[in-house]
Amino acid sequence: MSRPLFARELFNDLDRFQREMSSLFEFSAGRATARGGYPALNVGLSPEAVEVYAFAPGLDPATVGVDLDRGVLSLSGERVSPLTAKPSEAAAPQADAAAQATASADKTLVHQRERFAGKFRRVVSLPDDIDPEQVSASYKDGVLRVTVKRRPAPQPRRIDIH
Amino acid sequence: MSTTAVHTPAADDAVSASASASAQAARRRDDYAIQPAVDVIEDAQGITLYADLPGVPREQLQLRVDNDRLIIEGDIQLDLPDGLKAGHVEVSRQFYRRAFALGKELDADQIAAELTHGVLRVRIPKAAHAQPRRIEVRLS
Repeated sequence: MSRPLFARELFNDLDRFQREMSSLFEFSAGRATARGGYPALNVGLSPEAVEVYAFAPGLDPATVGVDLDRGVLSLSGERVSPLTAKPSEAAAPQADAAAQATASADKTLVHQRERFAGKFRRVVSLPDDIDPEQVSASYKDGVLRVTVKRRPAPQPRRIDIH
Repeated sequence: MSTTAVHTPAADDAVSASASASAQAARRRDDYAIQPAVDVIEDAQGITLYADLPGVPREQLQLRVDNDRLIIEGDIQLDLPDGLKAGHVEVSRQFYRRAFALGKELDADQIAAELTHGVLRVRIPKAAHAQPRRIEVRLS
């Protein structure tokens, strides 16, 4: 059905290590944002391109900044939490009208607050052979994917001695 | 059934093997699952849960209620070009799983859910008897 996310054989040991760690640090174990912060990043390399996958759920793609400057890719933006948003925003357009009408007047009780909220910025150093003119970005199912093409490797050539 | 290299053998065994082996496979799947971050907010009418499930398309999301437990499961599907090698990896597991106990005052038959940009929003209303009511006082 689907292929492994990234070459698994490279990371099996890491997984085992993480599971051992998880018995020590039960709370943070396995959390999607345990390492690196929001958004979590996977970077893949192929001969043709560098692929950056940012696990950035709940964003308006129009507000995400994707910048490439001297080989450094930076992703920035802000995620608004339903907990900190104004009541009218927290109710969200998808909430049914009746709930929306009463929610703002009601007291709410927060049981769990784990999701990232606020401004974020993450940077990735890219290899030297990227072509800064050929960058594309897409946002699907909460994953921001940035593709940066690489220049073909220069052909070996012989230098004549005069 | 998911096809992650690591847990597929165990999951396949479970189909024909004993119940204990199947439970073992489930536990193993749990061990490898990402526990999604959630916000849970209660108001007078019910509970709203938000879960971060980036990379999970709608058809790979499973939301079910079993024995007063709300179980969220989802498989990550990314478009990976052929020949891609891992450079830097922070998300190495392929699926999410998290379960919540539902209180008796919640009406599990009225759950509504939607998935937008990798965020799952679940609304579970309180049963009618658990909702605050305004009692009208009449003067005689």
